Amino acid sequence: MSATSFAPNANSIRWYAAHEARLIWRDFASLVTAGKPKRIALVGTIIAAFVVGMHAFVVHLLKGQLAAGIAADKATLLMIMGFAVMLGSLMFSQAIESVTRAYYARSDLDLLLSSPATSRRLFQVRTSILAVQTTVFALLIASPLVNILGFMDSPAWFCAYLVIMALGGFATSGAVMLTLVLFRTVGPARTRLIAQIISAIVGAGFIISLQAMAIMFGQGFSRLALFTSADTIEAAPALDSWTWVPANAAMGDGWSLLFLCAASLISLIVVISYSTGRFAEDALATSGLMESKGKQKAFSGFRKQRSIGAVLRRKEWDLLKRDPWLLSQSLQQLLYLVTPGLLLWVHYGQGSGIYYVVIPVIVMAAGQLAGGLSWVTISGEDAHELIDTSPISAKTILLAKAEAVVTIVGIVTAPFLIALMFFSPRAALCLAVGTLLATFCAVVIQLWYRSQANRSLFRRRQVSSKTATVSEAVVSILWAAGAALAFRHGIFMVPLAVMACVVMGVAYMLRPHVQN
Amino acid sequence: MTTNYALEIAGLMKSFDRPAVNGLDLQVYGGEFYALLGPNGAGKTTTLRMVAGLLQPDAGDISVFGTKLSHDPLEAKRKIAWVSDEPMIYDKLTPLEYLEFVSGLWGVDPVEAERRSLDLVEWLGLAPHAMERCGGFSKGMRQKVALAGALVHEPQLIILDEPLTGLDAGSARQVKDVLLSRVKRGTTIIMTTHILEVAERMAERIGVIADGRLVAEGTFAELRNRSGDENSTLEEVFLDIVEGNEERSDDAAVIGSLAA
Repeated sequence: MSATSFAPNANSIRWYAAHEARLIWRDFASLVTAGKPKRIALVGTIIAAFVVGMHAFVVHLLKGQLAAGIAADKATLLMIMGFAVMLGSLMFSQAIESVTRAYYARSDLDLLLSSPATSRRLFQVRTSILAVQTTVFALLIASPLVNILGFMDSPAWFCAYLVIMALGGFATSGAVMLTLVLFRTVGPARTRLIAQIISAIVGAGFIISLQAMAIMFGQGFSRLALFTSADTIEAAPALDSWTWVPANAAMGDGWSLLFLCAASLISLIVVISYSTGRFAEDALATSGLMESKGKQKAFSGFRKQRSIGAVLRRKEWDLLKRDPWLLSQSLQQLLYLVTPGLLLWVHYGQGSGIYYVVIPVIVMAAGQLAGGLSWVTISGEDAHELIDTSPISAKTILLAKAEAVVTIVGIVTAPFLIALMFFSPRAALCLAVGTLLATFCAVVIQLWYRSQANRSLFRRRQVSSKTATVSEAVVSILWAAGAALAFRHGIFMVPLAVMACVVMGVAYMLRPHVQN
Repeated sequence: MTTNYALEIAGLMKSFDRPAVNGLDLQVYGGEFYALLGPNGAGKTTTLRMVAGLLQPDAGDISVFGTKLSHDPLEAKRKIAWVSDEPMIYDKLTPLEYLEFVSGLWGVDPVEAERRSLDLVEWLGLAPHAMERCGGFSKGMRQKVALAGALVHEPQLIILDEPLTGLDAGSARQVKDVLLSRVKRGTTIIMTTHILEVAERMAERIGVIADGRLVAEGTFAELRNRSGDENSTLEEVFLDIVEGNEERSDDAAVIGSLAA
């Protein structure tokens, strides 16, 4: 190796940027290829096919509007604003997540902060890259819509890309400021948990709120219903209102675009300048917080003799209870139960139509919750050697872990089940059967695909086995649909049950061999 | 079935990409402190992981106090405790909660388990931290918690893989004292270590593994006699044995290639 292979401009902004870009690229490549670099071409082809498919879908969706021409009226501006708020909330959610990770993922912070190099530049680069990452994600989501509008309606629509970049800047600066404010107000120990909860609520909150409002105001279950209703359009601000600046900018209005981009850039520069000086200090403050000592309690003695199953279940519940981050990640599924809950409450006694929405949503949420919790308890066992060397059969251990998961899913779904029993015993029965089957299948899939992993990798658990992830999701969907159809007539569930069994059979055949 | 042996290994084999354990025969007496030495990659950890039931052998038999691991693994496990160099404990549990959990797994009566646990945390210097979660503990404290977990169910055979790695002098001394006191009470201990002084001072017998086979075994005095130098240290004896084995392996490889 020649001496010049090492960068001569170490510790410069460019050097840090190259370092960060390399890490992000390798992380991304590992995420999409599951650690098998040869798959990159295949993954690229799948992504390209998906993008083309999305473009075709958007053409199909907008063909009526494109033929008539899109005018900058209130209805259009309202739709654009709705899309912008949805993208903005997704970006804000992702940015909060990334900023928190930058503070708490300490794999390289110890090295960086203990080095004689100035960390200020690194954190400037790191925050800027967070903004880029956040924006790229939203650009990808919006690209089919913007491209089709740009090519088939007016090139002015391509300005929407700049609007999304501006929103990315606002989202990142907002996320950094929120994290700093949380650090100062609730302290480093609670910041991570609260930030994660805010991230989850913001991420799913906008869509769920739209749905909830549509339900409350009797406009059905559609997320778009609120934007297209005559009442909303009537109540919207006048066309010359400042409210429409992002929408006007997306449609090519130069001054709106300039204002939005300048404001975003300024906010980002101000936040980066303000925060990077404190970043090192705050990152150091989080040192050791991952290993919280918890509240000190007086020793109250060992519990009385219990069965092995009870000992294992208790351990799983204690560990989950004491890991608020993991718990909040697992229970994110519950946010999606808000709308069926609301539907039940608002439409009680107004016909059986709502059950076709309530039953599948709860069954689906239960299946996903069971999958996540099963991964935590089965694959995310911190002391697997202790468990493996204990004089207890593997069957007993796995059964106890499965029981721990099923109990939690049962507690979460019980209120809905009880409520349904009063409204419609048949719907309650369908929900109970669907939930049980979805939960059982999710647990079994996690048993087949179990591997040793650290609990902190919970959010990336899908990477370890795409087959497990896909089959878990498909089976949950099939049981959700099956339970809803069974409410109409039991026989309707049969084809979906057969399909679910086929998926389970395929998952079983593709399961990895447990190596010993 | 009664036997003098705490552990009997016969013809044990395990291969990954290449043979890691290659026809190993080993006997350890009940109540003995046995040190298993060997260069990196010799097969020590693989052997002990098979004894602890963490790996399935390709061939061979393992018996723990007469119970064949392949016939009745749960009965064998009941008599064993395993402590690795990377202590796997629960960050979110306190040492006492961890010991309560381990006691539950081995079915120890809660009253007895509590008494033992309190003794152990006191003995190992963990008492001031007994109600703190283990997540913030140093490597040494984590190792002591894991060791307490291994001792709380009073196993007849304790298997330790590099238990002193990363411990400070004080912690290492506490761990050694605890282990020696257990041996005095009749517990059998098998330990791998790269700290040869520890093996020299603590072990009654020493086994040397190289290339997955037992190449030398005996008390320190016997091994020293074998080397022919009455004043040599265990380090010198060990290097002598390992280098001699490498030369024999090289010769065998040359003869093999010539024969081919």
